Amino acid sequence: MKILYFAWMRQRIGVSHENIELPNSVNTVDGLVDWLIARDDGYAKAFAKREVIRAAVNQEYVPFDHAVSDDDEIAFFPPVTGG
Amino acid sequence: MIRVQEEDFDIGAELAALTGGDISIGGVASFTGLVRDMAPIDGTDHNIKTMTLEHYPGMTEKKLAEIEAEANTRWPLAASLIIHRYGSLSPGDQIVFVACASAHRQAAFDACQFLMDWLKTDAPFWKLEDTDTGSVWVEARDSDDRAKSRWTDKPDTTS
Repeated sequence: MKILYFAWMRQRIGVSHENIELPNSVNTVDGLVDWLIARDDGYAKAFAKREVIRAAVNQEYVPFDHAVSDDDEIAFFPPVTGG
Repeated sequence: MIRVQEEDFDIGAELAALTGGDISIGGVASFTGLVRDMAPIDGTDHNIKTMTLEHYPGMTEKKLAEIEAEANTRWPLAASLIIHRYGSLSPGDQIVFVACASAHRQAAFDACQFLMDWLKTDAPFWKLEDTDTGSVWVEARDSDDRAKSRWTDKPDTTS
């Protein structure tokens, strides 16, 4: 699975993207976030306010109960501020 | 048409290219977003030295194309264009340009506002302002969500 991070999430985690092997126990976006937070303090800081973070699976916005699989590209980022 | 690019753009040339040759077009409305020189941070205005725009290559183009397609289903547009820049910008620089051409003005005006309102809440861009007191990520505004929500109902195009 490819995971991308943008804006201050990228800064807090320290990488813009990474490839991981999705554990069998992880089936949803929420489950992935829980798993990431347990890995490292940077993730815990980046996901501290989970309710404000937006997730996109294969470049489509999804709610956090959305399913994930090892073939997915998933991105996490703060609310967007373009325009 | 949509374009996501680092380089600046020429509004006159873009408008000429958008409408060129189509004499059914009766009006073109456009909006240009610029980098302001001041930003309120915790209630106090700060001077902006530079603004850096980050985006999600791939998803950005996909969302902009969807937003443009949606506008074209809602209004009878002869042509439409969204340009959004990324990278390092300075106060006064152009950030974003949207233009809509139609036989009549109302569709052009409305579609133009629609594109901006949807782009603000859906296109994956983030602004980092480098001010005289440090770098700050711009926070999303509730007013942008409200601006988008007014387009929930499809317009009455029969009148």
